[in-house]
Amino acid sequence: MKATTEQEYPHSEQGIVPLLPKTETKPEKREMVDTKDHKYRELDKILDHYRGEKGELIRVLHSAQKIFGYLPPEVQAYVALKMDIPVSEVNGVVTFYTLFVTEPKGKHTISVCMGTACYVKGAREVMDKLKDELKLDARETSADGMFTLRSTRCLGACGMAPVMTVDEEVHGKLNAGDLTGILKIYQEQDAGEEHDQVH
Amino acid sequence: MPEVPEFTPTPEIKEPGNLFEHDEIEMKTVKLTIDGREVIAPEGTSILEAARSVGIEIPSLCYLKGINEIGSCRVCLVEVEIKGTMTLQASCVYPVSEGLTVYTNSPRAIRVRRTMVELLLSDHHRECTTCVRNLNCELQNIADDLGIRNIKYTGEMNDVPIFNDNPFIMRDYNKCIKCRRCEAICSKVQEVNVYSGLGRGFEMKVAPAFMQDLSEVACITCGQCVIACPTGSLVEKECIESVWEALEDKDKYVVVQTAPSIQVTLGESFGYPVGTIVTGKLVAALRRLGFDSVFATDFSADLTIMEEANELLERLDGHGKLPLLSSCSPGWVKFCEHFYPEFIENLSSCKSPHEMFGALTKTYFAEKQGLDPEKIVVVAIMPCTAKKFEAARPEFGTKRFKDVDWVLTTRELARMIRQAGIKFHDLTDEDYDTPLGISSGAGAIFGSTGGVIEAAVRTAYFLTTGKEMDLLDYYEFRGISGLKEMEVKLKEQTIKVAIAHGTGNARRLLDRLRSGEKFHYAEIMACPGGCVGGGGQPIFGTRDHKEISLNYRHNRADALDRIDYSKELRRAHENPAVKKIYEDYLGHPLSDRAKELLHTYYTPRGKLPGFELENLTGEHNKYLH
Repeated sequence: MKATTEQEYPHSEQGIVPLLPKTETKPEKREMVDTKDHKYRELDKILDHYRGEKGELIRVLHSAQKIFGYLPPEVQAYVALKMDIPVSEVNGVVTFYTLFVTEPKGKHTISVCMGTACYVKGAREVMDKLKDELKLDARETSADGMFTLRSTRCLGACGMAPVMTVDEEVHGKLNAGDLTGILKIYQEQDAGEEHDQVH
Repeated sequence: MPEVPEFTPTPEIKEPGNLFEHDEIEMKTVKLTIDGREVIAPEGTSILEAARSVGIEIPSLCYLKGINEIGSCRVCLVEVEIKGTMTLQASCVYPVSEGLTVYTNSPRAIRVRRTMVELLLSDHHRECTTCVRNLNCELQNIADDLGIRNIKYTGEMNDVPIFNDNPFIMRDYNKCIKCRRCEAICSKVQEVNVYSGLGRGFEMKVAPAFMQDLSEVACITCGQCVIACPTGSLVEKECIESVWEALEDKDKYVVVQTAPSIQVTLGESFGYPVGTIVTGKLVAALRRLGFDSVFATDFSADLTIMEEANELLERLDGHGKLPLLSSCSPGWVKFCEHFYPEFIENLSSCKSPHEMFGALTKTYFAEKQGLDPEKIVVVAIMPCTAKKFEAARPEFGTKRFKDVDWVLTTRELARMIRQAGIKFHDLTDEDYDTPLGISSGAGAIFGSTGGVIEAAVRTAYFLTTGKEMDLLDYYEFRGISGLKEMEVKLKEQTIKVAIAHGTGNARRLLDRLRSGEKFHYAEIMACPGGCVGGGGQPIFGTRDHKEISLNYRHNRADALDRIDYSKELRRAHENPAVKKIYEDYLGHPLSDRAKELLHTYYTPRGKLPGFELENLTGEHNKYLH
């Protein structure tokens, strides 16, 4: 199973492009109806789309992760049941690919590039400083649920090394001293949003 | 001339894991050179198989012929000459070709092989002296063969707590060498799919989903993974100490029963050739261990036949669902409860023989002997890890006592005999105690695939015609084909029966039943070969038995047939002890008392126990999960 899927979809996040059915609700709209049941009905649409097709487990799981934010055991079991694949195999695939996460992600995902250029330019120090600042380890989420920290392979922005992304935003030419400031931007931004919601 | 049943055997359907038969089709052969010797082998064979066919031994760990051929452990590396260059190849997955030159024991091959084993040992908890598999471990043997004296590689080691919370199988991840033989046998032969490789690299574990315990997932507890494991990573949950405690307790009356197959497999643990019958020594050894009564489960197998044959006739009369599915293999019963719950009503309501035995020991035997049932301890020697699970089911027993208190595997009994210092070879044959030690040949053949049906047909034929069958050996029922089917003529009716062993083959059969095919009676055994291939049987890890026990099942089965053949009593209904128990105590088969003591019920368990998915699916199908 793993061998064939790996051939079909090379093991990289960029290599896996899920073909989502057109009916998929956009993430912004989804937040309006964000109940557990709705998420499962949305997953059903994905499962229906791939029904009867073999070798689509990775695509389904990728879509499921988009819907739920992560892949808790229950979602894995549900996919196994609906696709008639042993749950051990589903769990095997989920734990094999670093793309999949089994714990809820923080509000923001920080990806520190560990490609050669970034590494030489001090990515390790950036990583260590972030771990220190957020009091967590790589692939963990901070206690306040704000940040998830992870390392990534080359992002292709070597000219700006060392590089990290926070969600979709790229921050380059970093040094350890910049980081507190950058984190603060997101923390304040979120505090502002919450303030707006209250009033 | 008495009327004899007619059989119409149909062609064999599926071999479990292609273990036993060689293809009849003529194969193209190739000529190659192994260690300077010319070898002719069929095209497509692996170097490893070609070498072994001429007696050249290449060590291997992850390889399991026909089941696990993945080249992952790299212990079978050999030097292969390719275009003038010597390359190292895993011989278990490298196919032979015309003119190939192979060196299996060149200094380089040996050196690399040692490195591979050292790497495996560098992350293996080496507690050999206290390990269940000490002196019977494939990794230990290979390390010894290669003369590994120190391990160059040191560093981080896995340290995972031992999973020991269920009554049947214990998992020690720290001794796992990731050969994936357990996973292969569970998914390819048994088709239960408990295990998978979780995680990657150093962290990778061959484990049930979410690292759950076997008791939390849809595991049928058959123990095939235990006999496939080359090390002590998967072992039965031992209860030897509890049995010693019972034997020591002067207040307790300890009764032991031995399953039919034990008499043909226990000898292997003491160096006897496979298929040696050691019934007399088995009984003698149990007496030496201090059991108060030594009985045979074969007796209650006869009783099971009486109940099950009558149940079959009742169902053929229109009372109850057809086909009747046998229920004496607890691994199969759990498989049905998890994966095919719609067939639960088809399962015979008969308890398995050892549970019937336990129930009668604590009622009939206790009454007869004037014993307090709460002071009786029933120990069952079984070829099976699933029987450990079965004995712990709450429905087997009353509020006051469990039917069976402790289940020991064949291996555990051998350990007890060794602990007690009993010289097994020197024991003089002894006979079982009466009355629960009297049995017919029909009871004995319960231990191999096809035996239950064969025994039941002997009795059903008598019950319908009032006459005894002349022919008592139905070769169509025997043999190692994974799924057998045939027609049997009873008095007025010809019934269609099927025999499946290994739950993978059970799936084939049940899928055909699902699609509407009609059968009247089917025998299903969880383990390939039936009980003789059970998960509790002796494991060959020693260098004298390089081939694992999987390949030996048919020799064991032949021995059971020899026992049956040599017995004067060959039909369950002729057993005087069985007749007596009906006269004195049970009344007649399927009487109220028989139903209370000898019959049970089953529970759907779901494919994904522990997950409540019904509410999430939005569908209402009680069998969906």
